[in-house]
Amino acid sequence: MKFDTPAGPNPIDRMKVVGQPHDRVDGPLKVTGTAPYAYERHAVAPGALYGFILGAAIAKGRIAAIDTRRADAAPGVKAVVSYLNAGPLGKGGKNTAKLLAGPEVDHYHQAVAIVVADTFEQARAAARLIDVDYVRGSGAFDLAAAAPTAPLTGGSSKEGSAAPKLDRVGDFESAFAAAPVTLDATYTTPDEAHAMMEPFATIAAWDGDRLTVWTSNQMINWAHEDLAKTLGFAPDKLRVDSPFIGGGFGGKLFLRADAVMAALGAKAAGRPVKVAMTRPMMFNNATHRPATIQRIRLGAERSGKLTAIAHEATSGDLPGGSPETATSQTKLLYAAPNRLIGQRLAVLDLPEGNAMRAPGEASGLMALEIAMDEMAEKLGLDPVEFRIVNDTQVDPEKPGRQFSQRQLVRCLREGAERFGWRARDAQPGRRRDGDTLIGLGVATAFRNNINMKSGARVRLGGDGVVTVETDMTDIGTGSYTVIAQTAAEMMGVGLDRVVVRLGDSDFPTSSGSGGQWGGNSSTSGVYAACVKLREAVAQRLGLDPAACDFADGEVRSGGRGVALTSAARDGELVADDTMTYGTLGKQYQQSTFGAHFVEVGVDAYTGEIRVRRMLAVCAAGRILNPKTARSQVIGAMTMGVGGALMEELVVDTRFGFFVNHDLAGYEVPVHADIPHQEVVFLDEADDKVSPMKAKGVGELGLCGVGAAVANAAYNATGVRIRDYPLTLDKHLDRLPEVGAMRRA
Amino acid sequence: MKAFTYERATSPAAAAAAVAGRPGAKFLAGGTNLLDLMKLEIETPTHLVDVQDLKFDRIDATADGGLRVGAFVSNTALSADPRVMRDYAVLTRAIQAGASGQLRNKATTAGNLLQRTRCPYFYDTNQPCNKRSPGSGCAAIGGYSRQLAVIGTSDQCIATYPGDMAVALRVLDASVETIDPKGAVRTIPLADFHRLPGKSPEIDTVLAPGELITAVTLPRPLGGRHVYRKVRDRASYAFALVSVAAVIQPDGTGRVAFGGVAPRPWRSPAADAALPHGGAAVVAQAFAGAKPTRDNAFKLPLATRTLAAALTPARTA
Repeated sequence: MKFDTPAGPNPIDRMKVVGQPHDRVDGPLKVTGTAPYAYERHAVAPGALYGFILGAAIAKGRIAAIDTRRADAAPGVKAVVSYLNAGPLGKGGKNTAKLLAGPEVDHYHQAVAIVVADTFEQARAAARLIDVDYVRGSGAFDLAAAAPTAPLTGGSSKEGSAAPKLDRVGDFESAFAAAPVTLDATYTTPDEAHAMMEPFATIAAWDGDRLTVWTSNQMINWAHEDLAKTLGFAPDKLRVDSPFIGGGFGGKLFLRADAVMAALGAKAAGRPVKVAMTRPMMFNNATHRPATIQRIRLGAERSGKLTAIAHEATSGDLPGGSPETATSQTKLLYAAPNRLIGQRLAVLDLPEGNAMRAPGEASGLMALEIAMDEMAEKLGLDPVEFRIVNDTQVDPEKPGRQFSQRQLVRCLREGAERFGWRARDAQPGRRRDGDTLIGLGVATAFRNNINMKSGARVRLGGDGVVTVETDMTDIGTGSYTVIAQTAAEMMGVGLDRVVVRLGDSDFPTSSGSGGQWGGNSSTSGVYAACVKLREAVAQRLGLDPAACDFADGEVRSGGRGVALTSAARDGELVADDTMTYGTLGKQYQQSTFGAHFVEVGVDAYTGEIRVRRMLAVCAAGRILNPKTARSQVIGAMTMGVGGALMEELVVDTRFGFFVNHDLAGYEVPVHADIPHQEVVFLDEADDKVSPMKAKGVGELGLCGVGAAVANAAYNATGVRIRDYPLTLDKHLDRLPEVGAMRRA
Repeated sequence: MKAFTYERATSPAAAAAAVAGRPGAKFLAGGTNLLDLMKLEIETPTHLVDVQDLKFDRIDATADGGLRVGAFVSNTALSADPRVMRDYAVLTRAIQAGASGQLRNKATTAGNLLQRTRCPYFYDTNQPCNKRSPGSGCAAIGGYSRQLAVIGTSDQCIATYPGDMAVALRVLDASVETIDPKGAVRTIPLADFHRLPGKSPEIDTVLAPGELITAVTLPRPLGGRHVYRKVRDRASYAFALVSVAAVIQPDGTGRVAFGGVAPRPWRSPAADAALPHGGAAVVAQAFAGAKPTRDNAFKLPLATRTLAAALTPARTA
């Protein structure tokens, strides 16, 4: 099915099942520990050996020699595989760096070898006995040093759309020079880790020349394609299966070393092999959200109307890599006749930079939305009103192009009302609660909606059970549940009559999970397959499909109802379809919107910033399940607090690696950091996006949170921090003295 | 993890002898730090002597009005003991500011004292580290040192002692009781227990090979107001950037020790004496001669401000 005209009325509009806050259908498995994650699938490959990956000890250089004799002779060892004996390997199209080093080393902890042994402990111990002789090369590891000479780029973040090298509208320089009120400020965001709970893990088993990997991956089709390409064999001999995933946040969008090394180890040992990456290796072996340096210039009339907007961002990546597209929201968010957007990419020999939840917008809004707060203050305008004044209903670069739906102003107004924004003192540093300085902050949330083609197969069994099969993944987002709700709504049955099977490359290719496209795209694919199944049912029953209503387990037409099961009495009905998209995404800008409101407390003595209250108001099309959507948004808000206050991969610019590469050193929020979180969804249905009339929401919840926290901290203290994370050392020396510093 | 042998000790002297008699042998108590370090091959003992069957799990009153805490009393039990909560509140607060409930259930009093630094270079066996691998160099000097020590360091090591409990014990003038392989016992003031790195940063404490901690003793209660203020980047489950343990008397005199700033809990008589003159005076005394790095210079003003918070009567936690 091709979606190329705005959706008319359809069965989803009934919202008997879709749109209801159903519990996760996979919830009981999760809370009883019986959802089989990749490393725990003991039954699929009995007697699997254990693999342990050795990572490179240098960031850049060459392997002069590998001596595995001590490891080969260690107890229990069945195989040791390095580039010397792995055979020729390709590189996945979506991988920037090779997943097995040798002889060149491209980044720290790049896989150098896998040891396969009878037990995990034996494999781990033997990996330490591999003697690798490295020749250290010189590399570039310091973004700040590389930024001044970084060239402009038009590349995309692999998850968004490519941009021209320098976007210009009007005459930015003249307008900025003429503006009575201006801001020119530079902001930085650090490298960040996905830090998902489940590590990279794979069980690999060969059957002759056929390979199966049971793994943890967000994009089955990409993993399938790139593993076949890496190993150099025909895709039809490979099966990738990933029904449950313990978080990914973009870290599992691509084929990673666990799958490749497990496959190589299993081949060498002649037995199935299971591999899980250790936590300390994940931070440098895999991908991360790249650091950015962002210069923003704003010019406005005294009325608050922006006349000039410039946003230039610089990030780094390995040769052949892509930028962190931190300017992407600035192209669309606020009106101004004169605009300049530029993105620069430095070559850095750090681990591969790539997509992490809301790539581009998450980092970009951290900067832009502080700039908007600073500008509002210069103009003497309330930050909420300043944003409203500069709202646009059209693409500012192409004014003839409208947004499919844009209710940012409503988000801001409703949020301000609910949060008690009026209580904010525009003069910072004046509200106290004992020894705590109190501040309120706001930021706009914005994330583009992306549709991906997505397929599904739907079966109606003789028992009346509707089974959905698609290689869509559930990375903790609720895919199982919203897909089941979609099939139930379409076929007119209860949720208890629907079975959803996901994550298997033998199933129809789906959108996968990423870029907040999964929910809307995958359910649209299921919608398409269900439309076909409804036609097959009607035909089997001798009815006109267009005149049929599927409800309450019946097919109703012309005043009579037939049990749905009767259509499959003589044999299962199967329908298969893929939803594809026409040009509506070009005709209309499809984006999601929101407003984040945050209250922080800053310890007047120590400068510690803690969040006290959070509210998000989101406008993201039809909400398929308010409960799972809310979980997505509060999780994203939590991630935003981490990015605002503590998360930073610290680069050792001498040795070229992320130093704090474990969860003691890379701090993410704990329960004590997260206060009451409130989420409001505006009642929307966007007919230009898909028949589901839904859009993504899982990344929107993150976008802008960091700036809302930063703006609240400024409101509390009067000290502006422009470098994330906002750790206390960045404002301590500018905080007011406290009395007892001098006298007890 | 390297292969190792294992035994369960049946008496303190036998345990001490078992460790003293074998190069590379170590005691195992709660294991919350040692086992993690073994998995990373930062610690590579050849033999473990498990001391959990030795029943040093009581907290008893002492003749001079103090408490004697068995070496293997869990952090949870110690922090929740009514006598500790009443008379040594700084200790309860310090313990509860550290780790997590699960870790405190398993961690022991002796083991907590012996936890090793959290310097990230100590944890990465690809990097030079004199504490882990003597003579290999120190990657932290000139590297990422935000968490590391500002005083008591050497040109060989700038690692920080990471714990909370010992900072409170230091301010309480606690002592460590030990037994050696010959059965001899000695008492080590906590002030002397942790070493400064000097030229041998691999040696954290003054314990001799095989010397086993049997108890920690607390002198009679000090009275006063007990404060433990731990400053960190997140609200829980993080090591201190700076911590302050203080016991303040109504007349403004008292004692203060700092955590997160040095290779051991940091306290000086001159700093204690400066307490009536306010936080800045105390910090000037306590940190005279400090050599912070660019990354951690903020710890000095932070110590001043944290102490100011501790000295403000309205704040007790």
